[in-house]
Amino acid sequence: MKRHFRVWRGDASGGELRDFDVEVNEGEVVLDIIHRLQATQAPDLACRWNCKAGKCGSCSMEINGMPRLGCMTRMSTFTEDETITVTPIRTFPVIRDLVTDVSFNYEKARETPAFAPPPGVAPGDYRMRQVDVERSQEFRKCIECFLCQNTCHVIRDHDENKPAFSGPRFFIRAAELDMHPLDDRADRKEYAQASQGLGYCNITKCCTEVCPEHIKITDNAIIPMKERVVDRRYDPLVWLGRKIFRRDELESASAKPSSAHPSAPHPPTANPSAANPPTVNPPMSSARLPQTAPVGPDGHMDIAELVAPQQGGLSPFGEDIEFPLPPEQISYHHPDPDKSPDH
Amino acid sequence: MTTTATRPGGGKARAAISARTLRTDRWWLAPLVTFIGLGAWVTYATVRVFMHKWFWVEQFHYLTPFYSPCLTDRCGDAALFGTPLPNFFLIPEAAFSLPFLLLFRLTCYYYRKAYYRSFWLSPPACAVPDGHKTYSGETRFPLIFQNAHRYAFYAAVIISVINTWDAALAQSTGLGLGNVILWVNVIMLWAYTLSCHSCRHIAGGRLKHFSKHPVRYRFWTFVSKLNTRHMQLAWITLGTLALTDFYIMGLAAGWYSDLRIIN
Repeated sequence: MKRHFRVWRGDASGGELRDFDVEVNEGEVVLDIIHRLQATQAPDLACRWNCKAGKCGSCSMEINGMPRLGCMTRMSTFTEDETITVTPIRTFPVIRDLVTDVSFNYEKARETPAFAPPPGVAPGDYRMRQVDVERSQEFRKCIECFLCQNTCHVIRDHDENKPAFSGPRFFIRAAELDMHPLDDRADRKEYAQASQGLGYCNITKCCTEVCPEHIKITDNAIIPMKERVVDRRYDPLVWLGRKIFRRDELESASAKPSSAHPSAPHPPTANPSAANPPTVNPPMSSARLPQTAPVGPDGHMDIAELVAPQQGGLSPFGEDIEFPLPPEQISYHHPDPDKSPDH
Repeated sequence: MTTTATRPGGGKARAAISARTLRTDRWWLAPLVTFIGLGAWVTYATVRVFMHKWFWVEQFHYLTPFYSPCLTDRCGDAALFGTPLPNFFLIPEAAFSLPFLLLFRLTCYYYRKAYYRSFWLSPPACAVPDGHKTYSGETRFPLIFQNAHRYAFYAAVIISVINTWDAALAQSTGLGLGNVILWVNVIMLWAYTLSCHSCRHIAGGRLKHFSKHPVRYRFWTFVSKLNTRHMQLAWITLGTLALTDFYIMGLAAGWYSDLRIIN
């Protein structure tokens, strides 16, 4: 039987909701219908997808206004006469149709300090108890669909907060590492508060509501991180103790290379060739800035990937990068400040 | 049909969707219910706190939680800690506990969600636009003081102890429906207080190594179980507080008599 769909079509220059009547079979999900649209009425409808099983996080879209995964939204949840509106996720710039440019998230990922290995323990000798593993395991379920980033009103409704705010996905990363028994960094709380914009969150819990992996983002990551910041920043007794015993000066003297930087909004480079000088690095990020898609002299991408310079999707690390990375480009801070980072 | 793809990062324009929200479900229902519920409760509590009467049942030693600990001259035998406060209509009988309880609930991580959504519309519901032009969250004055939740929690623990003492004192007169209501209220208040996110943090959430602190890990597990029900407990305690207060008001005013089981 046919169901009525409205799908947003267009690009950064504008667009509109188009009406479609599509055949829907039993057991199908919204992504199946998008594929049927591509196969029948709209062959050039752009849509990101991959696993069709809710594990890759590619098909994030807004279905009847709610941020959801297309592959995990069953058609049986709608009534038969209901119009289903499918739009791209709103918070990020649109590339075309249902595809958005989510590089904001990759920039923020680069700004998040990586795991700092414990001193004196060789890689391969790390040992953790199961209770300690379980706690951060919840956050490892994240599939990076960025629905939480999309629904968070801090950046969804206030684009100007984007430089200062990392978003729920990176708060769970910060929490995961701060709760990691082997992580050697002591300044993650300060970093979350000063550079990730943890204070912008007003815990209205939409990130938890939309998470397809049912990660308790607010209760298990954001609020514990806020409480940890309170330990360090807003606890008057702690503050007084640090002042009296001059512990703050001791800490700032010893932990200088890993201290939190204020968030410096760094403009994403429009020109890939200018992305490499390591001197313009944002604090605690890797040496490269995000790479944009290859475009022709007319400013447009090639129509088909057959004629594109490379086939397949772009590497999230950038196409011009080779592994292993040269050590001076790695955003790795050795816990011992006197030790050179190239070991 | 549009056939060009713009360079990602070049235009930086979001999809041009004119509708502010495309949600078709009744997203406004939850904030509306919260608005009415919290509004009604705050109105009732304000009226009761400034009523300055019908808070103490002499016969059975019932004291309403809204007037505990009772500190003005009106308290009579209800005063446990003396009567240091003057009789002035703007000073509540429990002037030393109510501000902290108000602060505890105002800065509570659940109530923050509830009133930011329903009163401040920031945002009213997920994927529904914020009702404000600018937003700085809890990064500056006055909302940065939401971080003081932990201190309000400490105060709330002390006040819960006083409420428990009130219930125990009332027990000395026998057993009636009023005692049952007081105990249910106290148990729920403890459950709400201990399920607090700050309590969860203090109990063990601040640790990095659960395996090195097995006892605190057990505490944390217990508080975590309660904590998942923090929202339900927040509403249940509003209900039990209002019910306890209303029952004692009715008894004190002589609208009905207590249902006695023993004595």
